[in-house]
Amino acid sequence: MSLKRNIMIAGVGGQGTVLASKLVARAAMDAGLAVRTSETIGMAQRGGSVVSHVRVSDSAIASPVLTPGSADTLIGFEPGEAVRCLRYLRPGGCIVSNAQTVAPASAALTRTEYSGEAMLGRLRDCGARLVVVDGDALCAEIGSLKALNVVLLGAAAAAGALDFTLEQLEAAIRATVRPKFVDLNIRALHAGARA
Amino acid sequence: MGNEAIALGAIAAGVGVVTGYPGTPSSEILLTVSKRNPGGIHVEWSVNEKVALEVAAGASYAGARTMVTMKQVGLNVAADPLLSLAYIGVKGGMVIVVADDPGPISSQTEQDTRTFALFAKLPVFDPASPEEAYAMMADAFDLSERYGTPVIFRPTTRVCHGNAPVAISETLRPRAPASFVKDPKWVIFPRLSYENHIRIEQQLPVIGEEFSSYPRNSLSGEGTLAIATHGISSAYIAEALAALGDAVPAHKLLRVATPHPFPKRLAREFLEGVERVLVVEELDPVIERELQRLAGEQHLPVDVLGKGSGHIQVAGENTVDSVTRALAGFFGLPVAPAAHCAAAPEGAAEPPVRPPVLCAGCPHRASFLAVKRAMRKRKSVFCGDIGCYTLGNAKPLDMVDTCLCMGAGITVAQGLQVVEPDAVHFAFIGDSTFFHTGIPGVINAVYNQTNIVVVVLDNSTTAMTGCQPHPGTGDTMMGEIADKIDIATVLQAVGVKHVETCDPLQLEAAQAAVLRAADAAADGVAALIFKAPCIHVAPPGVTYTVDAEKCKCKICFNQLGCPAIMSVDGKASIDPALCYGCDICLQMCPFDAISTVTAETTGEVQP
Ligand SMILES: Cc1ncc(C[n+]2csc(CCOP(=O)(O)OP(=O)(O)O)c2C)c(N)n1
Ligand code: SF4
Ligand code: SF4
Repeated sequence: MSLKRNIMIAGVGGQGTVLASKLVARAAMDAGLAVRTSETIGMAQRGGSVVSHVRVSDSAIASPVLTPGSADTLIGFEPGEAVRCLRYLRPGGCIVSNAQTVAPASAALTRTEYSGEAMLGRLRDCGARLVVVDGDALCAEIGSLKALNVVLLGAAAAAGALDFTLEQLEAAIRATVRPKFVDLNIRALHAGARA
Repeated sequence: MGNEAIALGAIAAGVGVVTGYPGTPSSEILLTVSKRNPGGIHVEWSVNEKVALEVAAGASYAGARTMVTMKQVGLNVAADPLLSLAYIGVKGGMVIVVADDPGPISSQTEQDTRTFALFAKLPVFDPASPEEAYAMMADAFDLSERYGTPVIFRPTTRVCHGNAPVAISETLRPRAPASFVKDPKWVIFPRLSYENHIRIEQQLPVIGEEFSSYPRNSLSGEGTLAIATHGISSAYIAEALAALGDAVPAHKLLRVATPHPFPKRLAREFLEGVERVLVVEELDPVIERELQRLAGEQHLPVDVLGKGSGHIQVAGENTVDSVTRALAGFFGLPVAPAAHCAAAPEGAAEPPVRPPVLCAGCPHRASFLAVKRAMRKRKSVFCGDIGCYTLGNAKPLDMVDTCLCMGAGITVAQGLQVVEPDAVHFAFIGDSTFFHTGIPGVINAVYNQTNIVVVVLDNSTTAMTGCQPHPGTGDTMMGEIADKIDIATVLQAVGVKHVETCDPLQLEAAQAAVLRAADAAADGVAALIFKAPCIHVAPPGVTYTVDAEKCKCKICFNQLGCPAIMSVDGKASIDPALCYGCDICLQMCPFDAISTVTAETTGEVQP
């Protein structure tokens, strides 16, 4: 059986999408699979939308970027950002989305109300499988607001949307993250998986 | 990452001196060399690209292998030494890495460095992936040394910021110690330039011939239809052909990894028997023009299609999607748009726009606010420059009236002031930009007696491109501490009479300083240095909170544009996760509704 999985990770600058894509790439490399990823870098610190493209396959991969309708898995660090990327998700794909929104930094200008419920509604009705994760609650439980990235990765793995076991991702965390943060991240992974 | 691959490729090739100036998407290359320095490589962020290229030129004259890194517009700054160096040549191999940015994703222009290489008469390598970039680096150094010419290496954003596993060789190429040998050939004179011009014109076809056999320029397939491409577009073509499937007719495929000097022999072979070629390129139609020229020279009955014929978009980056549509049109095949999940009923809520904004707690916000408030009643023009502070143009600040290229804020202000002397002209410039190309503009203004206010936004780093050091920060890429170069002293030394330094986060004092500078500018250049660190190089302060009972005006929300301040039920409210504790909103509040709370300690997860 051939393995091909395209993953799109969508969030807001500062939410840690790049680490999530690095961990998946590490797990893929350790499993002897081909992997290409591509990041938005530059405006990341300043509250803009950021997207990581991750492509994993058991055969060679040409392009590092996803095409519309080609993502199997969409991980939304923010529900509105997941909606923005729906164009990339294939019908029947899987969405793992954080429940909490990040208000746009330009709220002072737009003056329009931004409703996370409306965004989650669109995710629910788009023709894909949806897993909603209460990111705030889980981060509070493990005691770090910055663990959202790994929490969502755990949830995606548990939903069968990554092709990697928690053990494989744990190994990727050990190989990637600085030693003093390894435990915290592994707890985050399991908290996400249980959710 | 592609940029790391380029750095490791240079290290493996025995590079001895690496210089550059930051710029997206090139910045991680030099950083990686510094992190992975096996010892003995001199690495520096130079003050600008011209300086970087010249430092490397000197080292190459002495026989060291050198690499220079920059983004595409950086090459404009380095154009003068580049064009002359093409004539003089080098001894140690020199690879100038210039990252192009189709889109553009984070640049002022969509210029094509391949065209620049053509103009400068230099060979250019155009890698298609991180793996190829790694391997090509050694080829580029070898070629440079064999022909005694600088070589341009130009990845695009998708290669620079794409990631793939790359096998890295553990063995480093040993290099003989270098030393400079005096010779008239290092001194450029018209006579020498004439002779070298002839040599270059004779040498380029020789290199082109060598490129025709270079395995990374590849020719495959058979047929009367053909596709030519380069760089990341070759990956898009592979995907597009796979998507179009078996219906694709037989065709030839040419991939050009070295567009200049053009591998003519290979291209001739490619055009042989072909009736129609589609050239899929990003940025300029470089290959397209070369193929058209070749077809003309050889009287070949072939249609060369691409940007000129409207088959490929003239601006912006290619995508698998755009390439699939172009190929389908070319082959006369139907394309079904891919099914996706974005369909939504009419009137469905859309996600909010997220334009980049200054960070919560950014000192630039306070500086702009101080100038805006102080100059409320006076006719003034605000010339901006390039850096994070360009984002001061966004509402509600709306404090950037012009922005052209690095260093141009100070000089554009002079031009405006000459034409309209009754307005106060402010030029905002970041600290890194001040050292890059700001200083000559100040000298020009002083000497030509132009009455402008120069506002240096000194946040102790080059923030926009990821917080690189510069001469005002006092640290180097060799891990050494250097004496900081003091901006106020520089300004005084070039004859600016009014130089004042103040903290923009003290709003009232800052406003008073602005008024003093504006008055002083009636009589020559006045300079105001707003000194407060970028939040990425300083620890956070305490968090602030709004007492909803007391909040009445929301002026902090309406005038500041701090992303931590939101409007909740008609009152201002501060998000504790975003607030950096700069204190500006508290100073603005006329109702004492804002106060500090003790910062919650949150753990870190990032590696
Ligand atoms: C010629 C040129 N080189 C490099 C860049 C990339 N670049 C844009 S802004 C910037 C640095 C700005 O630093 P600074 O002036 O200190 O402002 P800050 O971002 O810290 O506010 C750089 C290197 C460019 N746009 N043009
Ligand atoms: S103190 Fe006020 S202005 Fe400064 S970061 Fe916090 S909320 Fe924003
Ligand atoms: S990175 Fe630094 S300089 Fe740039 S917007 Fe943020 S705080 Fe301001």
